[in-house]
Amino acid sequence: MKSLAVVAVAAVVALGLAACSERPQVVNYKQGTYQGKPDTPPYQNPPYNGDKAAWERAMATRAQNQNEYKRTN
Amino acid sequence: MARMKFLCDAERCIECNGCVTACKQEHDVPWGVNRRRVVTLNDGQPGQRAISVACMHCSDAPCMAVCPVDCFYHTEEGVVLHDKDLCIGCGYCFYACPFGAPQFPQQGAFGVRGKMDKCTFCAGGPEKDQSPEEFAKYGRNRLSEGKLPVCAEMCSTKALLAGDGNVISDIYRNRVTMRAARGTKSGPPWGWDTAYGQAQGAAVTGPGATPAPAPASGGKS
Repeated sequence: MKSLAVVAVAAVVALGLAACSERPQVVNYKQGTYQGKPDTPPYQNPPYNGDKAAWERAMATRAQNQNEYKRTN
Repeated sequence: MARMKFLCDAERCIECNGCVTACKQEHDVPWGVNRRRVVTLNDGQPGQRAISVACMHCSDAPCMAVCPVDCFYHTEEGVVLHDKDLCIGCGYCFYACPFGAPQFPQQGAFGVRGKMDKCTFCAGGPEKDQSPEEFAKYGRNRLSEGKLPVCAEMCSTKALLAGDGNVISDIYRNRVTMRAARGTKSGPPWGWDTAYGQAQGAAVTGPGATPAPAPASGGKS
């Protein structure tokens, strides 16, 4: 009987404190600042693997491909 | 590197809608969403012009200013992107954007708006670069592959330019100067006066034209 009471009390305590373990579900909002996931720079992954200079060279080359005066003259 | 920008040369755009089609195909954009559109002005009239319009990746983006959940961010290259996991589809950005860039997929029977979708300058989003998750939400990340946006790269007349703002403005300036030098274009390019103003008393301004006298005080600069 005594053990049953102990189990019952433990269950009540566990249920009563269950809400205490809940994570806060409200976003910690900072107005005016980006709230989403962080992004990585475009040169961070293959084929550039963090080589920013190589990526910028590639972009400059591609940009000049749009200049047909440079290609024809 | 400067900021990534688009520039549409209205003298060259032939309203083929190739950029629109390429964008939809490249990013698997759903029905009803157009990240890029070709706008025709003075349709059927003399002086008709067409320009290709999408998100202009504003330096001081109004969509970013009005977003109630702050889901927009600028990348290092000046591209305006957003996190679809945060977007609540409220539509404020659509009202704020002067270009009508934000698009909302219709996902329900009662006009329910989905999460906002817009041009990403082919730079994906905050998911892992080149991952299936990034493609599903934002489309292909061409910038991380060292490529420029597909709409500009496939433009048959090279009316639409994309890339570093300094580089593409140099390309455009050279183009306009060459037109004037060859006599194919007597006046300033279309929109030049609207963008840069016209000096008082000067008939023609712009590259290749005779320099206009300096305007009196109070004139547009």
